[in-house]
Parts: sequence; C-alpha cells; structure tokens
Amino acid sequence: MPRENWFLVIIILCLALLPMSESRFYIFLGTDILIMGLFAVSLNLLLGYTGLVSFGQAAYFGIGAYTCALLMKKASVAFPIAFAAAAVFGAVAALIIGFFCIRLTKIYFAMLTLAFSQIVWAIVFKWNSLTGGDNGLIGIPFPQHLDSPTRFYYFTLFVVVLSLFLLRKLVNSPLGRMLTTIRENPERTEFIGINVKKFQLIAFMISGFFSAIPGALFGIFNHSIFPDLLFWSHSAEVLIMTILGGMYSFFGPMVGAAVILYLRMLVTSYTQYWPLIMGTILTLLLFFFPGGILGFLRSQLTFLKRNR
Amino acid sequence: MQLPDPSFLLIQCLSGLTYAMFLFLIASGLSLIFGILRVLNFAHGSFYMLGAYLTYQFVSYFINSPAYFWWAVLFASVSVALIGGIIEMLLLSRLYVREELNQLLFTYALVLILGDFAKIIWGTGQLSISRPAILKGAVQIFGQYFPEYNIFIILLGPGIALLFWLIMTHTRWGRIIRAAALDREMLGTLGVNVSWLFTVVFTIGAWMAGLGGALVAPIAAIVPGMDVEIIISAFIVVVIGGLGSFWGTLLGAVILGQVISFGILVLPRLSMVFIYILMAVVLILRPWGLLGKPLKR
Repeated sequence: MPRENWFLVIIILCLALLPMSESRFYIFLGTDILIMGLFAVSLNLLLGYTGLVSFGQAAYFGIGAYTCALLMKKASVAFPIAFAAAAVFGAVAALIIGFFCIRLTKIYFAMLTLAFSQIVWAIVFKWNSLTGGDNGLIGIPFPQHLDSPTRFYYFTLFVVVLSLFLLRKLVNSPLGRMLTTIRENPERTEFIGINVKKFQLIAFMISGFFSAIPGALFGIFNHSIFPDLLFWSHSAEVLIMTILGGMYSFFGPMVGAAVILYLRMLVTSYTQYWPLIMGTILTLLLFFFPGGILGFLRSQLTFLKRNR
Repeated sequence: MQLPDPSFLLIQCLSGLTYAMFLFLIASGLSLIFGILRVLNFAHGSFYMLGAYLTYQFVSYFINSPAYFWWAVLFASVSVALIGGIIEMLLLSRLYVREELNQLLFTYALVLILGDFAKIIWGTGQLSISRPAILKGAVQIFGQYFPEYNIFIILLGPGIALLFWLIMTHTRWGRIIRAAALDREMLGTLGVNVSWLFTVVFTIGAWMAGLGGALVAPIAAIVPGMDVEIIISAFIVVVIGGLGSFWGTLLGAVILGQVISFGILVLPRLSMVFIYILMAVVLILRPWGLLGKPLKR
C-alpha cells in the first residue's frame, strides 16, 4: 500500500476513536467538520478538478437537506429512503440547472449558478406551507438507531468515508483525468474530439449528488434547517473552505473545512467578530499562501526532501 | 381584483425610479471596475454601506453649518473613494497577476472585514439622518404626495449618467479608460501608466458607491447588512444590462427598480423570485447582457 493510503487509514482510525474522548464538544465538532468537509470536496470536483467556479453550490446542499427532512417529517418516509432520495434530488436538480449553466464560461457561468441558487433559495424562503419559510423546519426527527450524538457521528463518518472513497476513485479514473484535461484547456480538449459540455454536465451532476448528501446529514444533525442554508453567502463560505485548504489537492477542502470550523468554534467563544477574523485570515492566506494550507505543506515537504 | 387608480401607479413607478437611480450609481461603479480591471468587486456594497455610515458621522460634525447635509455627502463619498484607492494600491494591485478567483476572494474578504468594522464603530442598531432642509417638502402629483428629495434623486441619476458619458466620450481621460477596457497591454506600450490608471478607476468606482450610500442615508435605514443586500441587486443590474456596458447598467437599474416596485403590488410573495428568474433568463439567452457586447476571447 502506498504511504499516503497508510496515512489515511491512521486518520480514519483516529476519527473512529474520537468518541472515546467522551467529549460532546469534540463529537459535535467532528460531525460538523465531516459534513462540511464532504460538501467542500464535492464542490472541489467542479472547482479544482473541472475548472468550473460554481457560486451556487449551497442550492444542492439545501435541496438535500430539505428533501430528506420533508420526506421524514411530513411524509413519514423511512430514513434510508429519504436519505437516498435527497442525493437523487440533488443530482436531478444539478442536471437541470447544469444543463443551462455549462453553456456559459468563466464569470458568466458563476453568475448563472448564483442566479439559479438564489431562485431555489427564494422558492424555499417564500413557500411557507411546505418549507416553513423564514421560520425554517424545526423538530426534524432523529432516525431510528441514530438517536445519540455518538451513533450519528459514526453514521456520518461511515457515509463521508464512503463518499470520499468513491470521489477519489472517480478523480483517478479516466473520467477524472478527462475533467482535469478540460480544466487545463477546454478549447484544446474540444479540438481532440471530446464533448466538453457533456463531461462538464456529468461533473456538475455528480457534484450536485455529493453536495446533497452532506445537506441531508446536516438537517438531521441540527434537528432543524433554515432557508439561509441555500443563500449565496453559504456558497461563498464553502468556496472559501475549499480554496483555503487547497483546491489542487483531493483532501485540501477537507482540511480547509476543519481549520475554519475549528477556528470559528474557538473564536466565537471570545468575540462576536468572527467575520473580521475570517476576512483577515483569508487575506493573509491569499497574499502569503496562494496554494492553500495543503498546497503550502506539500511545497514545504518537497523542499525538505530536496535538501536532505 | 380592483384596478388601482393611475396616480397610485405613477407614484409606484416614481418610487421604483428612485430606487433605480441608487442601483445605477452603485452598479455603474461596479461595471466600470469590471470593465477596466476585470475584477468583480464584491466589496462594492461595503463601499456603499460605508458611504451611508460616514454621512451619518459627518452630519454630526457639520450640524451647525446650514448646508450640513451636502458637506457630509461630499466628505463621506470622498473618504470612501480614498479608502477604495488605498486598498487597490496597497493590496488588490498585487493580485492582478494571479487567477481571477483570488481577486474575487480578496474582495469578499473585504466584505467581511469592512462589515465588522462598521459594526464595531457604529454598533448594530439602526441609524438614520433627516432629509436636507431645502428638500424636506413633498410635491403633489395628481392628488398624491411624493417627497421632493426623491424627485431630486430621479433627476440627479440621469444627470450623473450624462456627465459620465460626456467624460468618457469627449475627454482624454475617457479615451484612455475606454482604451484600457479594450487592450491594456497595448495601452501600456503606448506609454500610459496602466497601474496608476487602475487605481484611478477603482477610486472613481468606489466614489460612486460611496455617493450612492451617502445619498440613500436620509431615506433608508443605515444598518449592518445593507452591504450584502445591495451587492446582489447590483450584480443583477450589471448582468441584465451587460457587464462593462454603461447604458446597459442604466437600463438594468430601471428594469430592476420597476420589477421590484410593481412586483410587490402584483405578487408580493413572488417578487423576489421574479428578479432572479429575470437574471437567469438574460444570462441564458444573452450572457453578455441586453446592451453589452459578447467577449471575443
């Protein structure tokens, strides 16, 4: 087994042992990081691997959260079915929206994903009878057998590890290589006879699928969901996690999510001015570590190796 | 449904136009910066918010002067312009060599930082100032009252548009700015100091946002969060009108102002959805906007 995989096994083992700490704080934080980390990695399939700046990824996260919660709360659907439906809904929504978005490039693509996510947000916000509007959906039932934070943590860990395993297989597959080729030079890829739009749409759909999964988990984790989850600033937040961690490495976004969520937990207990701290960190990072945290660590590592 | 009487519709249309003029001021600065610097400035809403807060601040300094409001507007908008210019010169200019995403993120970081600064300095409560003395009254239009201040804003908008158009088409600076939008490398080789030009353009853009905020202060609540609220509307305006197109921005602002003003009457619960649908439809059918030109790259 390559060294990187050993490293991953150790991290997963550590995460599996985390509930032994008996600390509700760490179990809570761990669940949060796993959920947002998967969301960031899903976004990065578009951002880092395909070169598409989606500014409306919160829409699919929100669709996943609302689908799962509404099916369980209003239709009393069993959790596994509601959970699967959430992911499928996310993928279908991404397929429909992506169909229009991939026709555009660069800034226009970002703007259209933003417009669509705001449409979905406005519908959720205004459709009081179904979604509860501004008041959100509260009292989402805990699924059977997952009724303690520790159990839910293990379930989240299982889902996230499985999803990351599949995503990693995907980016290392011929399809993943194709997406990277498109990122590097869409025009050239078109010239060698590849249907660029088709592959971009596939990436968009897969990203929607894997963004809806953490959304569904998030709703159950918090017992409640609000339209804010779909607002553009939530899309911006996950974009920041992704870039902060490093968009050119697979686990970078996960690291970004962990760092931001941990810091937020730490800072908000001292001051209410978290956005100020976050903005400052972001600025420092942009100027001093343009490759993100993981990108920086990797370059340091190769530097050390060369000097040995 | 009973048909509303025409004078009411006219008033509704006029208040839509007032809002449109603010949108125009902010969005044209945004569009100018994007057209020349190729940076989508998220912090533009923050400049607008700073303009409003600083006007409140300067009003309290100049309260003894008869024209205190106008002095406050002048000082506030110029201060915002200076803040914008300094940020561009010291920070943003270093990011031009990087990917576009880095510049976008930096302006977003500014939104977070400036938003919290405003909260630290002016608190989270709602502030307000009164309208200037000479425009305190209201005029009667077909039996309905409409504030004089709003009329002033509706007249000021096209005035500024015209002035800007004249500067852009008839002066040397205007020519240089238009040339920079087309080919900045060529402009540099012809001996124009492009990095200085970028600073000037960013400063003018920030000034327009600051002016918008200063002028909106007497008729809107000055609150934290007015920055993120306006920036999305400004994005919609430039997208509908065409990124980098000046008259398109005016058209987009007028359309959005009317959609908001009448949408609330017809379908109050769906007016917000309409705006985003409008934006999506324009992007799908004419990504370069109603009056913009398609990029040839």
